[in-house]
Amino acid sequence: MTQKEYWRWDEKCWKDESMDSSDTKIISVGIDIGSVSSEAVICLDGKFYASNTVRTGSNSPTSAKDALKPLLEHAEISYEAVDFIVGTGYGRVNIPFQDKAVTEIACHGRGANYMVGPSLRTILDMGGQDCKAIHIDERGKVTNFLMNDKCAAGTGRGMETIADLLKVPITEIGDRSFQINAPAEPISNVCVVFAKSEAMAMVKSGKTLNEVLASYCKAMADRVTQLLDRIGMEKEFFITGGISKNRGVTERIEENLGIKAVKPKDERLDAQTAGALGAALFGFVLASKKGSKKDTRKGQIL
Amino acid sequence: MIANYGYMDGSGEYYITIDTDKCAECRGKMCVTACPKALFERVTDDYDDDVVKIADGKVKDIRYQCMECKPPGHPVLPCIAACTPMALKHSW
Repeated sequence: MTQKEYWRWDEKCWKDESMDSSDTKIISVGIDIGSVSSEAVICLDGKFYASNTVRTGSNSPTSAKDALKPLLEHAEISYEAVDFIVGTGYGRVNIPFQDKAVTEIACHGRGANYMVGPSLRTILDMGGQDCKAIHIDERGKVTNFLMNDKCAAGTGRGMETIADLLKVPITEIGDRSFQINAPAEPISNVCVVFAKSEAMAMVKSGKTLNEVLASYCKAMADRVTQLLDRIGMEKEFFITGGISKNRGVTERIEENLGIKAVKPKDERLDAQTAGALGAALFGFVLASKKGSKKDTRKGQIL
Repeated sequence: MIANYGYMDGSGEYYITIDTDKCAECRGKMCVTACPKALFERVTDDYDDDVVKIADGKVKDIRYQCMECKPPGHPVLPCIAACTPMALKHSW
């Protein structure tokens, strides 16, 4: 019997059909190997063209290949035509075919700046196993950052764990967390292992699943708000990473802060791919300055 | 750039803050050798500046790594004393 995977989110391969890669001068690729998801983005002359999001596998080289290979096929671009590949994320140092590794903090800064525009100042990146609060200037350069990866509470992996525990599809958690009659009290624990125990105790005490979900979402929002309390809040404000798709958390963060998070200026852009997009934009700049790497790249994708 | 390395947990906030604009102007990077726990490492950052950062494997336990330099009444931390551009701060 196959057990249903409640944590599973949609993997997505997409390209902008209105763009044509045939007369492009520089093709750059960004690959973000996160702890939970891996993304690849293709930029044509510094403009977003295509993206792919997949679940991270057991090792970084395979995950990078799984993210990039289907994307190149979908975009009808050969690997040999790619001028520059930048790797980022947890697994960035283990991507065999990258030309340079850049930290995910710098990549999220640049990617979010592209998605929102020069008025963006504060980014909250809610990743699989960490949260980051980042300040950027009008060019997307990081001016201040703060990261917390001490434990998994307040991260995407923690949310997946709760989805599996309560047998609620992860894509429904946001909406269901608002289907409650009284304001949610946050789960008290900062550790996801203990948070699981606390969630089970709530179920046993008669709380509905929606109330438990609301409590977990509230706890996660409160926890990441602490990061912004420390680093300071500057408008405009944008949320990246997989949790940006969970309104149960994002709307509670907005409530805590008293301001609304901005959305990408092009609604087709996915905030989960901000890191990979930033990496591809770094690749475009590096290829412009230092030249294409397509003839000297050693690693092969196959 | 203000780079905060460390964490917050149930017991408090433990961050070492490095002002990389000031750090990049320092040639000696004496903090690297001043720290008895070798917390600092010299790197070229994403914007091609020559700076120091906290070594990756040590970020999550800086509270304990720094403990022996922080006995009650200790005048100045060795890393802070060595940092001539005054780019370093501890949050605790």
